[in-house]
Amino acid sequence: MAKKETLGSEYYFNLESIPVSKKTPTPKKAEDSGYNARTAHINAKLGNDELIALYRDMVRIRRFEERCLRSYQQGKIGGFLHLYIGQESVAIGCVSVMGDDDHIITAYRDHGHGLAVGMGMNEMMAENYGKYTGCSKGKGGSMHYFDPSRNFWGGHGIVGGQIPLGAGLAYGLKYLNRKGACMAFMGDGAVNQGAVHESYNLAALWSLPVIFIIENNGYSMGTSQERSSAGPSLAQRAEGYGMNWDIIENGHDVLEVRDKVDRALKLAHDKSLPSVLEIRTYRYRGHSVADPDTTYRDKTEIEEYKATKDPLNYFQNALITEKVLTEEIIAKIDESARAEAETSAQFAEASPYPTIEDVQKDVYWEADHPADRKSQGSLFFN
Amino acid sequence: MPVITYREALRHAMAEELDRDPNVVIMGEEVAQFNGAYKITEGLLAKYGPKRIVDTPISEAGFIGVGLGASMLGLRPVMELMFFSFYSVAFDQIFNNAANVRYMSGGLIHCPIVLRGPANGGTNVGATHSHTPESIAAYHPGVKVVVPSTPADAKGLLKSAIRDNDPVIFLENTLLYGESGEVPDGEHLVPLGLARVMREGTDISIIGHGRAIQMALKSADILKERHNINAEVIDLRSIRPLDEETILNSVKKTSRCLYVEESKPFCSVGAMVACLIQEKAFDYLDAPVKRVNSIDAPAIYSPAVEKLQLPTVDSIYQGALGVLK
Amino acid sequence: MADIIEMPKLSDTMTVGTLVKWLKKEGDAVKSGDMLAEVETDKATMELESFFSGTLIKIFAPAGSQVAIGAPLCAVGKAGETVAAPAAPAPKADAPKQEEPKAEAPKAPEKQPEATPTPADKPPTEAGGKAPEVLPPPAPAATGDRLKISPLAKKIAAQQSIDATRVTGTGPGGRIVKADVLAVAADPTKLKAPTSGPGAKPAGAALFAGGGVANKGPVQEERLVPVSNMRGVIAKRMVESTTTIPYVYLDIEIDAEPLLALRAQLNTGLEKQGVKLSVNDFVLKASAEALRRVPTVNCSWEGTHIRHHGAAHVAFAVALEDGLITPVVRDAHLKSVFQISTEVKALGKKAKDKKLAPADYTGGTFCVSNLGMMGIPKFTAIINPPNSAILAVGTTVAKPVVKNGQIVAGQVLTVTLSCDHRVFDGAVGAAYLGAFKDLLEKPALLLV
Repeated sequence: MAKKETLGSEYYFNLESIPVSKKTPTPKKAEDSGYNARTAHINAKLGNDELIALYRDMVRIRRFEERCLRSYQQGKIGGFLHLYIGQESVAIGCVSVMGDDDHIITAYRDHGHGLAVGMGMNEMMAENYGKYTGCSKGKGGSMHYFDPSRNFWGGHGIVGGQIPLGAGLAYGLKYLNRKGACMAFMGDGAVNQGAVHESYNLAALWSLPVIFIIENNGYSMGTSQERSSAGPSLAQRAEGYGMNWDIIENGHDVLEVRDKVDRALKLAHDKSLPSVLEIRTYRYRGHSVADPDTTYRDKTEIEEYKATKDPLNYFQNALITEKVLTEEIIAKIDESARAEAETSAQFAEASPYPTIEDVQKDVYWEADHPADRKSQGSLFFN
Repeated sequence: MPVITYREALRHAMAEELDRDPNVVIMGEEVAQFNGAYKITEGLLAKYGPKRIVDTPISEAGFIGVGLGASMLGLRPVMELMFFSFYSVAFDQIFNNAANVRYMSGGLIHCPIVLRGPANGGTNVGATHSHTPESIAAYHPGVKVVVPSTPADAKGLLKSAIRDNDPVIFLENTLLYGESGEVPDGEHLVPLGLARVMREGTDISIIGHGRAIQMALKSADILKERHNINAEVIDLRSIRPLDEETILNSVKKTSRCLYVEESKPFCSVGAMVACLIQEKAFDYLDAPVKRVNSIDAPAIYSPAVEKLQLPTVDSIYQGALGVLK
Repeated sequence: MADIIEMPKLSDTMTVGTLVKWLKKEGDAVKSGDMLAEVETDKATMELESFFSGTLIKIFAPAGSQVAIGAPLCAVGKAGETVAAPAAPAPKADAPKQEEPKAEAPKAPEKQPEATPTPADKPPTEAGGKAPEVLPPPAPAATGDRLKISPLAKKIAAQQSIDATRVTGTGPGGRIVKADVLAVAADPTKLKAPTSGPGAKPAGAALFAGGGVANKGPVQEERLVPVSNMRGVIAKRMVESTTTIPYVYLDIEIDAEPLLALRAQLNTGLEKQGVKLSVNDFVLKASAEALRRVPTVNCSWEGTHIRHHGAAHVAFAVALEDGLITPVVRDAHLKSVFQISTEVKALGKKAKDKKLAPADYTGGTFCVSNLGMMGIPKFTAIINPPNSAILAVGTTVAKPVVKNGQIVAGQVLTVTLSCDHRVFDGAVGAAYLGAFKDLLEKPALLLV
């Protein structure tokens, strides 16, 4: 395995010798065989309805994303579309253990998080279409869903750029004496951004109640983790900052995600300590829909994951075994989710665009609240 | 009226706002225990404690992002950049996040932060520490930019900036920190977007911002003494929002304009003002609008030469003559 | 008055447009916003929108014609209105003066020492044609170099009717700045001699130094100046008048004492009301009343017919800095001396401000030219076609006269009537002058 090449007498690093898409085993934390996510308290207490709700919420994400793809191919959605298909268990698992005073911020693969906090498909699809009825009035697009009323602070386009903001939300919570924490999501590609390291340092230094969650789907766009990141696991870098860290190997298991994240939340709530969690997951589609997804991984890899670790199937099977789910309920959930997604596409289609006058609104708080404006002069120059 | 230094004026402003609003927090490198690299925040830690006055590591992208994230929850962080030149390591946080988050969320969020620090040359600190990025900052819709050049304006504008619900970039000058001036007692607020006519005149409008426009007052004296020329001197004070009305009224009166600033010429604030004047007051112009800028090269270290690279009283005087021909 | 629609500039690079197709025809109703025609530019074919409502009364540019920007395309006005094609605008680079004399009327020709009054330009024969505008000073002649002038100086020059091409620029690169224009406005001797093009100023006016000591330089700059359009028109009309009309000149001497006495009495008595009547006011009134007594003089020769005018519209000559113009007091036979006086003052001011409209200086049936203020005791004037007479009024001279068999000092005013013998004969002219004399020597008759 040509993972770590020392330069020695060579003057340049021979990239050709690195095998493509080969996940190397990484050291795990103490949790080992004997661990059963299902019996962890946070999960054991769930009633059937709640279990079904978890399942349903993941299905809703899947169907919404599929409908988005179709719309994009029809030319209704412009720009970028980063699909969450395959990672549903992560968003649902994390958000389902959030409390009222917990907050969440993520990068641009944000549809799953949006649905998880309770945003509607209509406003999200309309946002994708650039319509005024979108959750950001059509001004943000697919990458920029926000819902402060549900403690969801976006939806950010610059890789890693949202991580200091996440630490900042935690800082604010602590300052305001609120017993909440902030879950700041990023992908495996973000971990090498300077801003992320700076955020780790500040979080640890100031004991901020922030949980940095790395959704490691193995690839930052077309570059595998092995070809991007030096060192052992991504989460273990937290040790350098003296922070608690953990790896959730089975990111496809919504229950394991819930358990591990809940522990980190407790640490944040009770002791105001930050954590770095790496959740191993996988995306079935390319980085974005513009990514042909042929240059950096094998189709067989995708098929293999789908066959064994699809989060929906995995949980579905578990619930069928427990007799919580029946085929009938599954079918109903599926149909309902498809219908909901279809409705959102129609809603988006029928909705109006923002007008040209809207372009200069929502830029300055003062310009949007002229009665309260204290400044004078020109804020805009055309 | 009390006479205090620019530095004291800033400190008083922060103290008053710290008293007034519990959500105001001062952050930056060396602002607390060290009492401020330029002693702006001297004494504040002792008075307000470490929760309100926060020392940060050298991590501009990190702490500015943190302050910004906190502001989304309602805090009003006033973040110091030891040299405003360091803004470039946090460019993404400032101009992608602070400037855009409100817009991308369709108006659901606002970020009431203040980013302050000295943005100037003339102190032999070399090219990377001597930036004057006011036009770069003002380029971005979503941020506001102010450049006070007197103690009274420093105090009044900083208080207004802290209370402003939009991100404000507040550019100071190390060479002005020690300058004294009259500052009104009590609540003294200067609104953003209002220029100040420092000296009324009829023959030429010398408009500018920062330390350079203070120099222009001396140049105006020379114009009067040697040529009996009455120059009108205007300190913009605020770049964005911009007081277009005062600029145009002055040029309509005098028909000639010289813009004075420390920035380099390409796309500077003066370039924008010249464009504005020729667009909206073309028929009033008796001469093209000209500018005095720093010489267009990275800031030189050599002390003897750096002061000549910047605008001087003489170069402003010569510039005015050039417009009066 | 109809609105003329001109070829608009439809693209930044367009210079001419082709009128491809008319979408409306003459006689059609037009509403503001309607599309009138299709115009092809260098970039695309666009539709021409009407900003006026009314009837499309005349199409000037037929379908298929290529038309320069600004040239007239059609006229929209009231149904039945007639309109003649107005002059096409000058090409941009040159001075805008064209052949059409109408446009030149406000800029009367230069003052001549013998001051034969300039005939007012021919009144427009069409009813309701579009009034030509008072033109601004000529655009700089395209001699090669651009005129360097600041926007402010240009604006001031336009406002003061100063020819910017004749201002010396003291700004950078010879740029003309505000101070340069103001200097010329204060002291016109600073104007440079014109280098070319129309509108050359008369030598006399440019070099007049006003009370200066003997000038040792040339009388004037030696140069050859092309005849301007205006001078050419005047020359043409003067020649036409003097060569086609069979002139008879009659003069008569008038005792001005009664007139002067009455005038003084009226002016003193009405001083508090700000009334100041001049001799000429009475002269104009008397000339109109004399026409009432001898109306044959108030006629026009029209070849096969003689037109008798029911109203006496009396024109009077006004000397301007660079020429002469004859505003008209309409219906002078129906106005009082005071009314005439007021109107004369107003028209005179308008004339000096170069603000006279064609309606102000056309339509006269008789003309009075008064050189009294210039000290000329007697002269003959050239008739203003289509008038059939003109009255030349000299100065009031103190000279010995015979009264009651005694020689006493008197005030004598000599007037000369030029007559168009085709319209009336010497006897009629004499009768007219007799009536005029009678009225002026019994001036109270003018007050009732």
